Amino acid sequence: MNKLLLGRYLPGDSWVHRLDPRTKLMASFYYIAIIFLANNWQSYLLMFAVTMAMLAASKIKLGFFLRGVRPMIWLILFTVVLQIFFTKGGPTYWSFGWLAITQFGLVNGAFIFMRFVLIIFVSTLLTLTTQPLSLADAVESLLRPLRKLHVPVTELALVLQIALRFVPTLMDQTTKIMNAQRARGVDFGSGNLFQQMKAVVPLLIPLFVDSFTIAEDLATAMDARGYQGGDNRTKYRVLNYHRADVFAGLAMVVLTAALVLLRA
Amino acid sequence: MDITFDHVSYTYQAGTPFSGLGLKDISTTIKGGAYTAIIGHTGSGKSTLLQHLNALIKPTSGTVTIGDFTITSETSNKNLRPLRQKVGMVFQFAENQLFEQTVAQDIAFGPKNFGVPEKDALALAAKMMPLVGLPEALLERSPFDLSGGQMRRVAIAGVLAMQPEVLVLDEPTAGLDPAGRQEMMQMFNRLHQESGLTIVLVTHQMDDVADYADNVLVMQNGELVRQGTPAEVFADPDWLRQHSLGLPKTAVMAEKLAAKGFQFDPLPLTAGALADQLLPQIGGDARE
Repeated sequence: MNKLLLGRYLPGDSWVHRLDPRTKLMASFYYIAIIFLANNWQSYLLMFAVTMAMLAASKIKLGFFLRGVRPMIWLILFTVVLQIFFTKGGPTYWSFGWLAITQFGLVNGAFIFMRFVLIIFVSTLLTLTTQPLSLADAVESLLRPLRKLHVPVTELALVLQIALRFVPTLMDQTTKIMNAQRARGVDFGSGNLFQQMKAVVPLLIPLFVDSFTIAEDLATAMDARGYQGGDNRTKYRVLNYHRADVFAGLAMVVLTAALVLLRA
Repeated sequence: MDITFDHVSYTYQAGTPFSGLGLKDISTTIKGGAYTAIIGHTGSGKSTLLQHLNALIKPTSGTVTIGDFTITSETSNKNLRPLRQKVGMVFQFAENQLFEQTVAQDIAFGPKNFGVPEKDALALAAKMMPLVGLPEALLERSPFDLSGGQMRRVAIAGVLAMQPEVLVLDEPTAGLDPAGRQEMMQMFNRLHQESGLTIVLVTHQMDDVADYADNVLVMQNGELVRQGTPAEVFADPDWLRQHSLGLPKTAVMAEKLAAKGFQFDPLPLTAGALADQLLPQIGGDARE
C-alpha cells in the first residue's frame, strides 16, 4: 500500500514548493500539452533540459521521479514496441513478414518513450511538491467562473477535499483490516483469479462499513459546528499570486515560443 | 511454544525517504504458557512488535523464532498459514474485521481458512459463543445488527475458534464499559489458566498488568527498555512516571497510605496484596 507514490506530498521549501498551487496546476497541464509540440530531437532535447531544470529546482532526489515511472513501465514499453514495429518509412533494418523495424519506427519509439517519461516526471513533480488540499483549493479557485453557470463549485471542491483528506485514513484502515484477515488465514494475492477475488470480499465489506461510519461521523461533526455551504464562505487558506508565479507563467510563454521555433 | 526475538530491528518503508524506525535491536523470549504484558506509551513500537509474532511483518534484521518457525527478512510469504493458525491475533477494535452475513459464518471463517470442514467450523462457532459471553441465539443474526461490545466479542470468538496456542491481544478492552472490560479480562485469564494458552497482552491498563501478567515488557521509542515480573517493573514508580507510564490503582493507593505513615514492603500491586499488608498495621494503629 505504501509503495504508491501517486499523491504523496514531500514537504520541502524549494522554489517549486512555494509556487501558488494554481500556477503549478495550470503550468503542469500546459507543459504536458506543449510536450506534444515537440517533434524532432532538438525540441525534445529542449523539453528534457527544461524538465530536468524544474526537477532540480524542487530539490527532490531524482530517484523519486524514477520511482514514479516504474508502475507505468510495461505500458510505456508496450506502446514503444508498437511504435517501433508498425511505423513505416525510411531505411528498413529488419523485417519478418508484416513486422519491420525502420528508421522512422525507431525514432518514433524513442520520442514516445521520451514523451511518456517527461509527462510522468512533470505530474510527479506536481504531486510531490503540492499538498493535495492545496490542489483542491486551486481547483476550486480556477473553477470559480463556472458559478455563473450555476455549477456548485464550492460543494464540488468540498467533496474533492474530503475525498483527498480521507485517502490516507482509508489506506491505514485497509492495512489494518488486511492484517486482521491475514491473521485469520486469508492469503491476499495468491491462488488463481477466482480465489484472489474471493479473498477481497473480507477486505471490501469492512472497508465499506467503515467508510459509511466515517461519513456519518463527519457529517454530524460538520453539523455540530454549524457548517453551511455556499459561495460566501471565507477561506482559511487564501491563495495569492507572487512574483515567482508571474515568472513561471512567462517562462511557459518563452518555452512555447522556443518550441515553435525548434520544431520541424 | 516459545517466541524468541534475537536482535530484531524493523524499519518502516525501508529504502524510501519515508522510512522510519519501528523497532531497534529487540532481544527477548516470550515463554510458552506465560501471560506476558507489553506496556509503553503510544508510538513506542508495541503494535509493531506484535505484528512480528505471526509474521504479518518480518524483521528488517535479526531473527524471530516462533516454535518451529524461523522468521527473518528473507522468509517467503508462502507457507505462513500454519503459523497464523498457531498464533491468534485480536487487533485493536477487532469488530472492524467482521464481514460475514451471520455471526456463525464470521466465527467459522478463520477455522475454515485453516482447513476445518464447514460443518465442524460452524459447530466450533456455536461452542465459542458462551465462552465470550454471547447467547447462542445471536448465531444466525447479522454481525452488523449487534452492539459494539457484542461485535467485539464475535471478533474475539472468531480468533479463539482458530484454536491458537498463542493468543495475542492488542488492547482488547479499549472502548468497552467497565463491566464488559472486567468480564473479558477474566475470560482471557480463564483460558490462560485452564487450557494453558500463552497470552501476549498490549495494554494501557496497569491494573490488568498487575492482576494477570507473569512478565512485563516495557517499550519506548522502538526499544525494549525494561523487562521483568510486574513486581520488578512496578518497584520503581519514579522511573515509570518518567516514561509516562503509571502504576496500578492499588499501588497508587498504597503510596498515598505510605505517605501517611503506613509501611509496605514490597509495594502491593493487587487489592488482595494491599489488604494482606494493611490488616496487621490497622490492628496495630487501633491499639495505640
